[in-house]
Amino acid sequence: MINLPNFISQLFNGLALGALLALISSGLTVIYGTLGVLNLAHGAMFMLGGYAGFVVFGATGSFGLAVLTGAVFMLVMGVFIERVVIRHFYSRPDEDQILVTFGIGIVIVESVRFFFGSDSIQITPPSWALGITSLGFMIYPTYRIVVLGIAAVALLALYVVLYRTKLGMIVRAGIEDSGMVDMLGINVNQVFMLVFGIGAMAAGFAGVINAPVVALTPDSGETILVETFVVVVIGGVGSFPGAVLGGLISGEILSLTSMVNPSYSQVMLFAVMTLVLMLRPQGLFGQQGRA
Amino acid sequence: MRRWWPEAAAAAGLAVAPFILPTLGFSPDTVNRILVWGLFGLGFDMLFGYTGLLSFGQSAFFGTGGFAAAYLLTQGIIGNVMVALLVGTLAGALAGVVVGLIALRRTGIYFAMITVAIAQVFFFLENSPLSAITGGENGIPGVPAPVFNLGFTVIKVGSGWSMYWFLAVCFFAGLIIARRVVASPVGVIMVAIRDNTARVEALGHSVWRYKLTIFVLASAYAGFAGGLLGVLQGYMPPDAFAFDTSGQLVIMTVIGGTGTLFGPLFGATIWLYLHDFLQGPMGLGSAWRLALGLVFVLLVCFLRRGVLGGIAGLLHRTAPTEAPESSPDMVAEPSDHIHVPRRGTAQVSGGPVLQAQNLTKRYGGLFANSDINFSVNEGEIRGIIGPNGAGKSTFFKMLTCEVVPTSGKILFHGQEITGLGVAQVCQMGLTKSYQVNQLFGRLTVRDNITIAVLAERRGAFRPDMLRRVGSVDGLSGQVDNTLAQINLTHRSDTLVSMLAYGEKRRLEIGLALASSPTLLLLDEPLAGMSPQERVETLKLLRNIRQGRTLVIIEHDMDEMFEIAEKITVLSEGRLMAEGTPEEIQRNSFVQEAYLGGLHV
Repeated sequence: MINLPNFISQLFNGLALGALLALISSGLTVIYGTLGVLNLAHGAMFMLGGYAGFVVFGATGSFGLAVLTGAVFMLVMGVFIERVVIRHFYSRPDEDQILVTFGIGIVIVESVRFFFGSDSIQITPPSWALGITSLGFMIYPTYRIVVLGIAAVALLALYVVLYRTKLGMIVRAGIEDSGMVDMLGINVNQVFMLVFGIGAMAAGFAGVINAPVVALTPDSGETILVETFVVVVIGGVGSFPGAVLGGLISGEILSLTSMVNPSYSQVMLFAVMTLVLMLRPQGLFGQQGRA
Repeated sequence: MRRWWPEAAAAAGLAVAPFILPTLGFSPDTVNRILVWGLFGLGFDMLFGYTGLLSFGQSAFFGTGGFAAAYLLTQGIIGNVMVALLVGTLAGALAGVVVGLIALRRTGIYFAMITVAIAQVFFFLENSPLSAITGGENGIPGVPAPVFNLGFTVIKVGSGWSMYWFLAVCFFAGLIIARRVVASPVGVIMVAIRDNTARVEALGHSVWRYKLTIFVLASAYAGFAGGLLGVLQGYMPPDAFAFDTSGQLVIMTVIGGTGTLFGPLFGATIWLYLHDFLQGPMGLGSAWRLALGLVFVLLVCFLRRGVLGGIAGLLHRTAPTEAPESSPDMVAEPSDHIHVPRRGTAQVSGGPVLQAQNLTKRYGGLFANSDINFSVNEGEIRGIIGPNGAGKSTFFKMLTCEVVPTSGKILFHGQEITGLGVAQVCQMGLTKSYQVNQLFGRLTVRDNITIAVLAERRGAFRPDMLRRVGSVDGLSGQVDNTLAQINLTHRSDTLVSMLAYGEKRRLEIGLALASSPTLLLLDEPLAGMSPQERVETLKLLRNIRQGRTLVIIEHDMDEMFEIAEKITVLSEGRLMAEGTPEEIQRNSFVQEAYLGGLHV
């Protein structure tokens, strides 16, 4: 149904979804840009973050604590995975890196299935974010506004880390030329470990705040992973601004198309990706020859 | 040359499988599904194992072929199962053309991501917009099994082992074709693309078209296998289109071993057997996938070549390893009068063969080359000298069309080549030997040269996938000639990775030479060679100049002054001087800026 209130509400939905996609994609893109590894386990990490948050939320009833522990848990997991597996793959071909992260993704998904089963788990938003809020021009579910707010804050935090800290400067330099950074005497190994952790954290964080919007299942990371790929292909692999803009564009496409006909929303998203590939193969913010 | 025993072994294996596998606990249904996956994997292994293109989107073609065949059969549009399967195969191939045109625009991780994304489109299309045709989440039930009327008798394929024989014949046919493809000129080029894509292009092959060909071929295999899945189950399931299908195919291929063709079949056997075994007798329930996921990660970490690759590795270890070359071989005189065929019959006229007009290359604010005017006459040996960073290699890259100039024009035989592709230019007879070796490290010396000669013999692209490499007209003669010229005949069956540095340098020149250029650019051909090797190489250069134009970048002044007829001096991206070796030696700028007064 197309009318103005519906359109505005879908525009908002798109913004919330877009911010979330932007957050997950920036994790993927920063990992790729710095480490040169395409993380196919990213969707699984998103899902795992959601389950971690769910466990804490169930035990403590505190949503804030759930978000925090979910994020920290994924940071630790990311660092662990980098140290144990990914580290040994930097000098191996692209395909091997893709294969091993794909395998890690399966292990994560199946571990969650083992402990929590395949049934979807419904999570209610925290009591203070239940219900609807009037924004003056329209009324909107409160929790969605919260998601939008949290995702925006998290993106801002990521921006600050990347563009206003020493670590961020090293990471951005590493995206340009990690060999040179190494030669300058900076311990790239530690930076790589941290970047993988932060990337995983971004995915996990998004997983926790998204959990109340849609139900949790062990497979919920799969669709997200594919959408994330589209986001970075549109935005340009390795580019943080590209991930943010690509995320917002993708969110709006999904949401506005589903207003017209939900069954075409995914198809439309990929059509736009194809268009970008035709007109600007390196993506909106990508640089020629980087990938 | 072509070994036939893998086919014979496969035929024997397929023939005895129904009598052996049941005793190991395989049900006929499991064995049949192994064959479908094995066939699906034949195409995928050619794509990934041989050509190095890791696609996570093969489900798109598997599903397309399967649903096309199932739809046609259940709607009664096509009554003959074999015809429907063929149409399904073509539908898969057609989808492969469309997807390939998009996905192959990018390489590496982009390619992997795009194939995932596009396969997802197919999944969504099947699920809702096309659900009137595909049945959406219900799939298409009632797919019939084939009936063969042989005139004297009618064979009606049923379920179980009856279906097995039908599938086994299909798999065997697919295997024979795949084996022929990898032994064809296209097969050699596929492996070369995996090894060093840029060099394949530089040798004059249209890499993009070869990649698309293989991609479409893999899609056709997927389409055929998808159709067989429907026939096997009597039902076409929607999850044929799922990401999980592509993922399983990748896992099976990696477990079994990539680049073997049999890998996916073995991988599928292991996968499906463990599936039955872990779920049943072991009582692991749904945890079987977790166990397999762990096994997969461990395999990728420690046994990347898979089970078959691991076995092959063990067998090889017992065989004697290649001894490194002993230096006395080097001294062997290369024959001086080996005829090297050249492209075309162009007579040496002495006119300009290559001209560069106001050639400029700018990187941001940096001018790598500015305003260079340069002309080489036919039959000439030209030297280019200049200090490090003078822009010599950039200049070469523009001449071979590896790098597009910012402005200016390049004419080859009077024809403008600015903006053409590097393969096109090589096909016209202009190629280069690289400063840093660009060889096919995982192939033998002979195969390396073969790849170069194939481009010259067959042109930029030819889909002769069923023909043997050896049957290419004049191929072996030209390969042998080139090997003799660069004095590597005795090393022809050695892997390039085992060669000594000087040998690799000669092979590098040999690759360029094998494509029979009329104009050969040599970027520091003597770099890193011993004095003895330098003498040999200079001799080689003099030998190959017959009817050919050579442009050489070299740091070694003495050798340059000796061999070149005319020398061009570049400095800071500009052309500073040009003249005979004597003139250049006397030139005051050259003495100051480059020779450092040494020759004064």
